[in-house]
Amino acid sequence: MMRWVLCSLMLFAVVAQGDETDYADLRAELVAEVESYARMAWDTDKNTLSDSVMKSLSTVERHEFVPQSQKRYAYEDRPLPIGHGQTISQPYIVALMTDLISPEDSDVVLEIGTGSGYQAAILAELVEHVYTIEIIEPLFNSATTRLDRLGYDNVTTRLGDGYFGWEQHGPFDAIVVTAAASHVPPPLIQQLKPGARMVIPVGGRFMTQQLLLIEKTEQGDIITKQIAAVRFVPLTGER
Amino acid sequence: MRVLSIVQWHHFAYMIISLALLGYGASGTFIALFRRALERRFAVVFALSALLFSITMLVCFMLGQRIPFNALEVVWDRRQFLHLTIMYLIFFVPFFFAACCIGLALTCRQAHISRIYFFDLLGAGLGAVLIIGTLFILAPQNALLVLLALAVIASALAGPGSPTHRPLLAMQIVWLAFVLAGIPGQWLELRLSEYKGLSQAMQVIDSRTMAVSSSPLGLLTVVESPTVPFRHAPGLSFGTRHIPPEQLGVFTDGDAMSVITRYDGDLSKLGYLGDVTAALPYRLLERPEVLVLGAGGGSDVLLALFNGAARVDAVELNPQVTELVRDTFAEFSGRVHEDPRVTVYTREARGFVAQSDRRYDLIQIGLLDSFGASGAGVQALHESYLYTVEGIQEYLVHISPGGVLAVTRWLKQPPRDSLKLFATAIAALQAESVDRPGQRVAMIRSWNTSTLLIKNGELTKNDIAAIREFARSHSFDVSYYPGMPKSDANRFNLLGQAYLYDGAMALLGNDAERLFERYKFHIAPATDNQPYFFHFFKWNSIREVMALRKHGGAGLVEWGYLILVATLLQAVIAGCVLILIPLTRIRRTWPTGTGARMGSYFFLLGLAFLFVEMAFIQKFILFLSHPLYSVAVVLSGFLVFAGLGSEFSARLTFRSPVTIATGAISAITLIYVFLLPVVFRQFMGSADAIKIVMSVVLIAPLAFCMGMPFPLGLKRLAERAPDFIPWAWGINGFASVMSAALATLLAIEFGFTAVLLFALLSYASAAFMLRRW
Repeated sequence: MMRWVLCSLMLFAVVAQGDETDYADLRAELVAEVESYARMAWDTDKNTLSDSVMKSLSTVERHEFVPQSQKRYAYEDRPLPIGHGQTISQPYIVALMTDLISPEDSDVVLEIGTGSGYQAAILAELVEHVYTIEIIEPLFNSATTRLDRLGYDNVTTRLGDGYFGWEQHGPFDAIVVTAAASHVPPPLIQQLKPGARMVIPVGGRFMTQQLLLIEKTEQGDIITKQIAAVRFVPLTGER
Repeated sequence: MRVLSIVQWHHFAYMIISLALLGYGASGTFIALFRRALERRFAVVFALSALLFSITMLVCFMLGQRIPFNALEVVWDRRQFLHLTIMYLIFFVPFFFAACCIGLALTCRQAHISRIYFFDLLGAGLGAVLIIGTLFILAPQNALLVLLALAVIASALAGPGSPTHRPLLAMQIVWLAFVLAGIPGQWLELRLSEYKGLSQAMQVIDSRTMAVSSSPLGLLTVVESPTVPFRHAPGLSFGTRHIPPEQLGVFTDGDAMSVITRYDGDLSKLGYLGDVTAALPYRLLERPEVLVLGAGGGSDVLLALFNGAARVDAVELNPQVTELVRDTFAEFSGRVHEDPRVTVYTREARGFVAQSDRRYDLIQIGLLDSFGASGAGVQALHESYLYTVEGIQEYLVHISPGGVLAVTRWLKQPPRDSLKLFATAIAALQAESVDRPGQRVAMIRSWNTSTLLIKNGELTKNDIAAIREFARSHSFDVSYYPGMPKSDANRFNLLGQAYLYDGAMALLGNDAERLFERYKFHIAPATDNQPYFFHFFKWNSIREVMALRKHGGAGLVEWGYLILVATLLQAVIAGCVLILIPLTRIRRTWPTGTGARMGSYFFLLGLAFLFVEMAFIQKFILFLSHPLYSVAVVLSGFLVFAGLGSEFSARLTFRSPVTIATGAISAITLIYVFLLPVVFRQFMGSADAIKIVMSVVLIAPLAFCMGMPFPLGLKRLAERAPDFIPWAWGINGFASVMSAALATLLAIEFGFTAVLLFALLSYASAAFMLRRW
């Protein structure tokens, strides 16, 4: 009997390890795919994503952030439903957004819209601390537990209104808003440090198409730029 | 249709029209295949079909909503097409049983065929009117209960009633009792897509529903979110120091959010309304008299009051929206409708303007749709007479000299609405023979909205200075003003290129046609004949945008149009599988040439009838100033008079009645193409009752004639090739299934006049087919 139990446990360990290895392979393929798309992004100054962002993408286990029913699609480069009408963003868009805020080791970043916690985890690999706010209670609970379980102790979550930012930890080196509203909340702009950046995806769920990049200059002026996720010219015959 | 519009999005409503007709077609084939067996048991089968119609209405209503179809995920997940097909087949079932009843009656009680057909059409005509009335009183899911009860009563009335059929009687009684008293509330719940605005709002902590009201114009849900309040302020400047006050979200059919803003009579608390792009016209006008088209929850009325309007007339189509602001949330909205400066009219916007003899300093059209709805072509199939060339011409007539028309739209990248609106404005000014249209327009933009001004007169230096100063001080970009250098464009919110400026310059120069041709979205002006302002799809861009869709380009694909094409394909496939292929099992003995000629005859009739009906519904929306009046009057008018025509056709004894009937249809249609615009213009200002009577009078002769060719064709078949009759029904049904989606596609591409002319050609060709047989 004991032998049978041991065999079963060993088999389980091999299968589990096999799963992890499979996920690692799939993640590596995903990273390669995202890198190739990065060349398609438009209106940015560069056509590659920074090494640190790509490293973070290859480290964070996306399959841990999706519901069981979606795990097999976790390493496809697409948004996935996570329940409550919310999605985990497409990895390419996550990478592009993260790259646009040029994260540094010492940065403190605010995220509005925790969702599954995936974007926060990507950021947590790159910066000193991430503060993240969620407005849907079940998502807040599951993301908090998940981030805690995965050991992201430099992420602090909060349930509540993100409109007024998180003043006691601001100003921030960067702010990531995970869904566009009718306007950019003025308090968030105020909580950007001079020289800091804010990025917001524009477009419906499953349909992010533009990224709104807001930069506060050292003088405190605001410059905004719309980054197209794909190279597309609206007139035929133009390149 | 109402249920699908609420739980999914409204373009799936086309699916229902095609499903209803598919039910008819498929039941025709079913009856043809099993005619003998069915004839013997007519009373039982009829009663059973009606009972099953009732039962499956409820079962399919519940099942259909449980299919995990997510329209937004079709880009990423092919299983969604499978889900859509399953949903299509589920909703088909009740229509099949309903159609079986009528088909059986027509087949098995041939002695009373014209009476049955007349009562069928009369019932359909009455139903079209009554369901609209019912939806004013009951929510769609409760209206379903009425339909369930009616079907089971029909089953009981037509049942055999003999003691040998007690089980059937028992089933009828049990089901009726269940319908009237026992259906659990949660069975009738509407399960909205979790990606619709209302579903998302209800997920937010502490949010709750404050009020629900339903009408055929939409299901309104008012939501309060005290912990994370709604703060809807499109186009708000980055530089603003003002924060919008608390708001209530008003969702129509679970989406398209507008808001009711908390207002206590102190306008100084609404400072943000001076910092949105829509505030621009007020920098050019002193205490203007304003007409707001689309009052909604009152946002634009407050915008006008905050910015110093001396008087505000506001027009709102949906009386229940007005009621919410005026009565239900009167305290919250600060009784803004009772402000002595404000008058609210419950009317359709174009009709109100056409009938008004007032002139305004400012006519303001705000954002009536949500950004989500405006994106990705969700509204592509929505006819909108608000943003057409003729519409803008009409508004300009009602603007006093020096006054302004201001239209705010969501700004997409690359631009679609904003550029199309600019093109429409220029076309309207050109149609009014304005010498230098470029001197009368100006446009500014924020990162997500654009506001276009069209002045009744040329913009002065002071106007231009005011526009530039307003834009600069709010970090908005100017996209066009007379004499604008390119260096002024694209300064605050940087785009890859100054798309709007470049587009505006091309539209004002000699390059407009070339721009329409080269632009990868459809931005040629919308007209009353092609009122599809939100249609931007172009076939020659499809390959490129589809290739980009998975890498962040999904928003470039105009999905609404593609779903219509998919609906058409689905209809063709389902029509072949459920109607035509089974018919091949029927014995074929008929004279040579019958198949091709009679097949074409009934196919053309199937297409043409619905083409005329749909084109008329659209054309009468403008005249009757209300989409509901139009649907009710046109649909019931056509059904009732076509029924009378069909009954009358049995009495025709002269030769070639088909030629005469189709000749009359063609002649009347052709006359109407030219006559209707004149009549509409002439009587637009008349009272609603007079216009409704006039509409019925106009529809009657055409519909009367349109009721004849089908029974006359059947009569001819009965004499010469009776075996072909099931095929005639099937082919006619197949054409009808295609026609709803096809008519809309044709209208989008070529306009409603073309749809009518196509119908006319179909009738003429049909007559030709019958003559040669």
